[in-house]
Amino acid sequence: MRRGIAAAVLATAIAVSASACGSSGSSASGSAASAGPVTITWWDTSDATNEAPTYKALVAQFERANPNIKVNYVSVPFADAQTKFTTAAAAGKGAPDVLRSDVGWVAGFAQQGYLVPLDGTPAAAEKASFEQQLITQATYQGKLYGIPEVTDTLALMYNKAIFAKAGITAAPTTWDQLKADAAQIKQKAGVDGFDFNPNSYYAMPFLYGEGTDMIDVANKKLEFNSAAAIKGINTLKDLISAPGVAKLDTTANGYANIMDAFESGKVASIIQGPWETTNVFKGSSFTDKSNLGIAAVPAGSAGKAGAPIGGHNLVAYAGSDAAHQAASEKLIAFLTSAASQTTIATKNATLPTRQDAYTSAVTANPGIAGFQAVLSAGMPRPANAQYSSLYGPFGTELTKILTGQESVQAGMSNVTVQSQKLLPDYAAQ
Amino acid sequence: MTVAAPVETAPPRRAEERRAGPLKRIRRSYDQFWYAWAMCAPVVVILALLVGYPLVLGVMYTFTDATSLNVGHTIGVNHIPDTFSWVGLKTYLDILSGPDNQFWPHFWWTIIWTVSCVTVTVSLGLGLAVLLNRQVRGRAFYRLLLVLPWAVPTFVTIFSWRLMLADDGVLNSLTGAIGLGHISWLSDPFWQKIAAIAVNTWVGVPFMMLSMLGGLQAIPAELYEAAEMDGASAWQRFRHVTLPGLRPVSSTLVLLGIIWTFNQFNVIFLLFGANNSDSVQILVTYSYKLFFGQTPMDYARAATVGVLCLSILVVFTEFYRRWIRRMQGAQA
Repeated sequence: MRRGIAAAVLATAIAVSASACGSSGSSASGSAASAGPVTITWWDTSDATNEAPTYKALVAQFERANPNIKVNYVSVPFADAQTKFTTAAAAGKGAPDVLRSDVGWVAGFAQQGYLVPLDGTPAAAEKASFEQQLITQATYQGKLYGIPEVTDTLALMYNKAIFAKAGITAAPTTWDQLKADAAQIKQKAGVDGFDFNPNSYYAMPFLYGEGTDMIDVANKKLEFNSAAAIKGINTLKDLISAPGVAKLDTTANGYANIMDAFESGKVASIIQGPWETTNVFKGSSFTDKSNLGIAAVPAGSAGKAGAPIGGHNLVAYAGSDAAHQAASEKLIAFLTSAASQTTIATKNATLPTRQDAYTSAVTANPGIAGFQAVLSAGMPRPANAQYSSLYGPFGTELTKILTGQESVQAGMSNVTVQSQKLLPDYAAQ
Repeated sequence: MTVAAPVETAPPRRAEERRAGPLKRIRRSYDQFWYAWAMCAPVVVILALLVGYPLVLGVMYTFTDATSLNVGHTIGVNHIPDTFSWVGLKTYLDILSGPDNQFWPHFWWTIIWTVSCVTVTVSLGLGLAVLLNRQVRGRAFYRLLLVLPWAVPTFVTIFSWRLMLADDGVLNSLTGAIGLGHISWLSDPFWQKIAAIAVNTWVGVPFMMLSMLGGLQAIPAELYEAAEMDGASAWQRFRHVTLPGLRPVSSTLVLLGIIWTFNQFNVIFLLFGANNSDSVQILVTYSYKLFFGQTPMDYARAATVGVLCLSILVVFTEFYRRWIRRMQGAQA
């Protein structure tokens, strides 16, 4: 009745196949002979076509500098990475030595014992150079489990040419204004003014805009069915059905469809993070990079704009042996060094996590400059290991609310009931 | 489960065996068929390992509150001890009383999904089989054509449907051209269900058709000739010769169809993904989501939903078997 193997075989009982899910990579933790070359596996979750080449080039550079270490670079789609890593780690095999982990996953992984603390290792040698807030986010119960690699936040990305065509000169600063702008754009420019990705993470600005969050850690309360949260989701529901706002796309291809529409000028504005700027600049509407406007997300009725601070940390798997761990720490240190971060930022337009990497070459990139300006509206995650897991039930119910299958009130109550399973000691409103 | 025939009609030898003790019967059967036992043994052992052990474990998990956070594991230097506890029937009560509106919507949709899919695939399969059972020109060609959807790997079929059903796909161009307007096959909760049933029909019909065709060819042509001599109309021949003649095949097909459709993971999962389409998820995909598709993984609830699925199917199969036996008894 114990161990990961039990969990794995249980899959058969519930008539689903586990075999498809957890078999990749080989960290070869058995070959403990510390002399000779060590091969470590790195799961990178960056965009495989636009961002990966930069990382592959860095890996090659690292291998040249460390002839005793070989890196098995594996590109894993971001959407699958959390499940894939959890499955592999729980089964005790197939997990990579190094993972590029979303900042929100780190606490959960650390709680489950999947990660090694990096305090005092070569990976954390330059800990003081990083943004202190990001180091705090990578810390769980006093130990540092990840080194920040890139950071990000959400912003309103807009097509300046379309806005100008509709006679609008400034980006909207409130949701009401965005609604009015969308109608005007539809009328004068003939394209949709705004498109929303129906995902809980992208709905966070609507909660922050009312001065609330998913949970209130200080008072141990779930905030989903608080008056403020209900108001925020009502604003969202109202917005997506307004004239000039694109029809909600909840299909499995939704994310890609929205990006295509924005890149080709069929939609004037979206809410998105810096990881998409490289893609956006490849779009037919943005051959002139200065056409991309980046503004803070609009504010809600509380008059405050807020967007989640995201990003990625590099973490090391606890199941690897000492030789692999030492090699992993070197790789992490290399990839998060000021020089590597500058390379990544200039090539991929993502935001570095340390001040000394914001060189003039980096800030010359319009994508980075734009996002650096809106970072101040970023809201850090509360210190709670289950926080990121709340996006799951919230997202499922959000889709039902936005497609009219449930009222806002009923949907948010359902999220509350499901969240109480994750946070039993938190009170509902 | 009573398997033996009623005693009064059984041959005397069977009755004699019945009186012998079970141990003795096993020994006698062993003496007589030891090679059969020897050949079965590996299969029995493997089945016990692959099906029995996880099944028992799964059932055990349903009485706990196990999740990926509290089930013990050791990773390198980190040892996380077991901290989950026995909660008795709490997980079942939680799911069945449904305070979070999770189980029952999936349950009712699974029933509607199974009934409509099986009805449509079986009737379409039967219709096509009757059509192809006649001497038409190019019969082999039509058969080949109709079997194709079955021969193509399921994921290819489903991904092509996903392309065709997309908002700017072929189907929407068609409905637009004939004035039916634009239909959100993959995102509107109602049309999602229609699309799911349609795609599953596409995937399921060829097998139904082939099996029915096999069944039809086993019906002796003399019966039709005799019926025709008696002046039976085409419908009467279908109703009184074809259908009863097909019954041994069709009753099995319906049962298989129900079990397969109930557990049809591929179509739903590949067509809609698991994230933004909660209302179209059937029980097995819902269980998968609880186990693999969320963090923390909820072993207890996933196992409970799995055990509920299994129980529904076992109870149903037993009733169905009895009903079929009664029908056949009545006919004989």
